[in-house]
This record gives sequence, C-alpha cells and structure tokens, in this order.
Amino acid sequence: MIRRRTLLYRAMALGLISPLTACDFDDPMHPDLADKFLSAMSRWNDMVQAALFNPHTLAPSFRPDQITRPPRFNAFYDISQAPIVSPATWRLALSGQIADKRPWGLDELLALPQESQITQLTCVEGWRTIGQWSGVRLSAFLRRVGADLSCRYVGFQCADGYYTSIDMASALHPQTILALTFLGAPLTPPFGAPLRLRIPTKLGFKNPKSVVALSVTNHYPGGYWEDQGYNWFSGS
Amino acid sequence: MANKPIHPWPLRLMHALNALAIIMMIGSGWQIYDSSPLFTFTFPATITIGQWLGAAIAWHLACMWLLVLNGLCYVGWSLASGHWRKFLPLTPRLVWQDLNAALRFRLPHETGVYNAVQRLLYVGVLLAGLVLVISGLGIWKPVQLWFLCDLCGGFVVARYVHFFAMSAVVLFLVVHLALVIAVPKVLPPMIFGGRAP
Repeated sequence: MIRRRTLLYRAMALGLISPLTACDFDDPMHPDLADKFLSAMSRWNDMVQAALFNPHTLAPSFRPDQITRPPRFNAFYDISQAPIVSPATWRLALSGQIADKRPWGLDELLALPQESQITQLTCVEGWRTIGQWSGVRLSAFLRRVGADLSCRYVGFQCADGYYTSIDMASALHPQTILALTFLGAPLTPPFGAPLRLRIPTKLGFKNPKSVVALSVTNHYPGGYWEDQGYNWFSGS
Repeated sequence: MANKPIHPWPLRLMHALNALAIIMMIGSGWQIYDSSPLFTFTFPATITIGQWLGAAIAWHLACMWLLVLNGLCYVGWSLASGHWRKFLPLTPRLVWQDLNAALRFRLPHETGVYNAVQRLLYVGVLLAGLVLVISGLGIWKPVQLWFLCDLCGGFVVARYVHFFAMSAVVLFLVVHLALVIAVPKVLPPMIFGGRAP
C-alpha cells in the first residue's frame, strides 16, 4: 500500500516539476503544456483586471518637485536607435471603426484642448519614473473622430515597429491622453516624439511612443511584448 | 479515536499545495527582482523560475491564485476545526523557555503538539504571508488597490516590504527544513497522515 502511494506521489511530483524545466514562453509558435497553462491564467487575469478597473479611480498625481530628472529611457532597443520622426510630415493615421478616418497632423492636435498630468510611469520591471505630460484626452479625440466606443480595443502602431493595444474602458479613462509635450516642451525622439500614449492606469509598456497609427477594432490586436507572454491588460 | 491521524487529510493537502505555491512564488519572484534589483545582488538564474521577466511574471500571477485560495481554505478550515488552538498559548516566557531548551537539544518532540518556538514560527510565517499578499496586491495594482499600496508606504516602499516579507518566509523555510532533517520521523505523517499515539 505504502509502495503504491509512494509511486503515486513520485509520479505527481514529476508531473509537477517537468513543465517547470521549459516554463519560459521561449517559442510562442509552439506552446508547450506550461505555456498553455500560463496563457489561460493570463486571460483569466485580464478578466479579473477588467472587473477591478474603476473608471473613476484616478492614478495618483505628484508635485512638480517629485518629477524624476533626468527621465529614464526604456525600449526594446538602445537609446541611440530611437526613431527620429519629422514633426512636419508626421501624420496620425486612423483605421477601423472610426467614422472620420482623415489623418491628423501635429498642429491640428495641438489646437485641441490640452490636458496636463504629473503621474508615475510604472515599468513592468519594477521601477517607476515620475513625469509631466500633456496632450489631448483620448476619450475626447475618439468622440471627435466618430469612433465606435462600443468596440473592445484601441490599437497603436509606432514608428519603430512597436505595437500594443488597450481595452476601450481604459482608453476612455480621463487620465488617458495622446501626449504631445513633456515638462512643457515638445516630446523628444527617444521619449516618444511627436506623439505617445500616456496611460497612468497601465504599466509602462502599454504607453507606446512615436505613435503613427491608431485603430478602433473588435479584433484582438495583441502587442509587441504581449505576443511574447506579457499580460495583455497590465493595469496598475 | 486511537487511530486519529496526526495531520488530518485537509491539512496535508493544503500543506502540499502551499509548498508548491510558495516554491513557485519565491522562484518567480526572484527572477522578477533581477530585472530591477533593490540591492546590489541578484539571484542566479539557476535558482529562479521562468527564464525571463515575462515568464516569471506569468508564473507569479498564475500561482498567486493557488497561494491565496489555498491560504483562505486554510484559515477557514483552521477556524472551523479548532486547529488554530494549537498555536496557543503563545507568551514570550514560554518561547524563551522552549528556545533555551531547544538550543541545548533538551526539547523533546511531542507528536501532534506544537512547542512555543514552533507556535511563534508558524504564527510568524502566517503573518509574513499576509504581509506578502497585501504588499504584492499593492505593487500589482497601485492605482485600483491604492489603499493597499498606501498601507505599505507607497509603491517604492511596498517593493521593500514585499522583499523583506519574502526573506522572512525563506528564513522560516531554512529553520523548518533543518528541523525536518533533525527529526526525520515528522516527515511521513505530513505526507501520509500518521497515527496519533
């Protein structure tokens, strides 16, 4: 009896430990058992975070003297490789469930009402940086271009090939802005010039820089890091 | 009731699940720590779980459900069954007496009874677990669960709170496992139940 039990426990222990050896999302095209388990749990955590999201809860604001100087750079490449976009020729392309898909220039966006915030950008790595961004409220912009606000996702494409997407509820949060300035001056190339999404209710990698295209859609757009295993919702 | 098990089956099951959850949480937590270390050291990749940040976070946020749900089951079962009474009485004088006896190797192991040092360690590690969950939720959701984050001193301080609570659990594990090695007969009852004398 003990022998059979011992064998059973050993088999269970092996079954538990063997997936751990390959538990690294190393090949998204060929998910193993552990990857499938982690993906399922990540979808579950997306649902929990969507339920936890309160559209009226604001991310904390900070005093000007708490701003991190100099700001910390982070991307999937070195700061010297950051894309340089010409503000004069740059356009924000619109696609998906949007009534008026006319592309927007920088001057037109700067002519819209601007919102300013001093908030914390929390990186998935664990550090944070406090900055002052200002720009156009995304909710106001989406209403202005006639976006279908019942769609599930807002997707973003960047000049450097980066892409990400957010849920509509978070897109309509009052602190979610299409940021155009940092510390009162136009955004600089490594920090997202000429336009970046600033969304303090989500982790840093959900704040795409140098955005060139915005889409409103019901088809899950994924994201650069999300497709490799980062949690999609990644709310703060 | 001469054949009552030393550890009833719900306790054994929850202990096994908790051991699994704790190993996964600490291993993946160390890998997450390494991406933005609080101190000058990092944890070697050979003892972390998930070989990069994305996988480590995925494990951490998957296994937190096992840890918390299992922990809630334990609290509920403990209250319903009266198991919690085993942690009492717990006074500094009793701990001092038993600690002195233990360090002189004069503290006998009484099957099914916790001595005062054990009581202190078990209550301590349960409190550390509570601090880990509260600070962890605060770090995970500094906006939506801002009150938990504030309770731990804000986002930056909460990371240190989380780290030191983890350190307390690791210290507990070192003592816990050392005692199992010192008194190996306690191990089979935690797996098979054993029979109380």
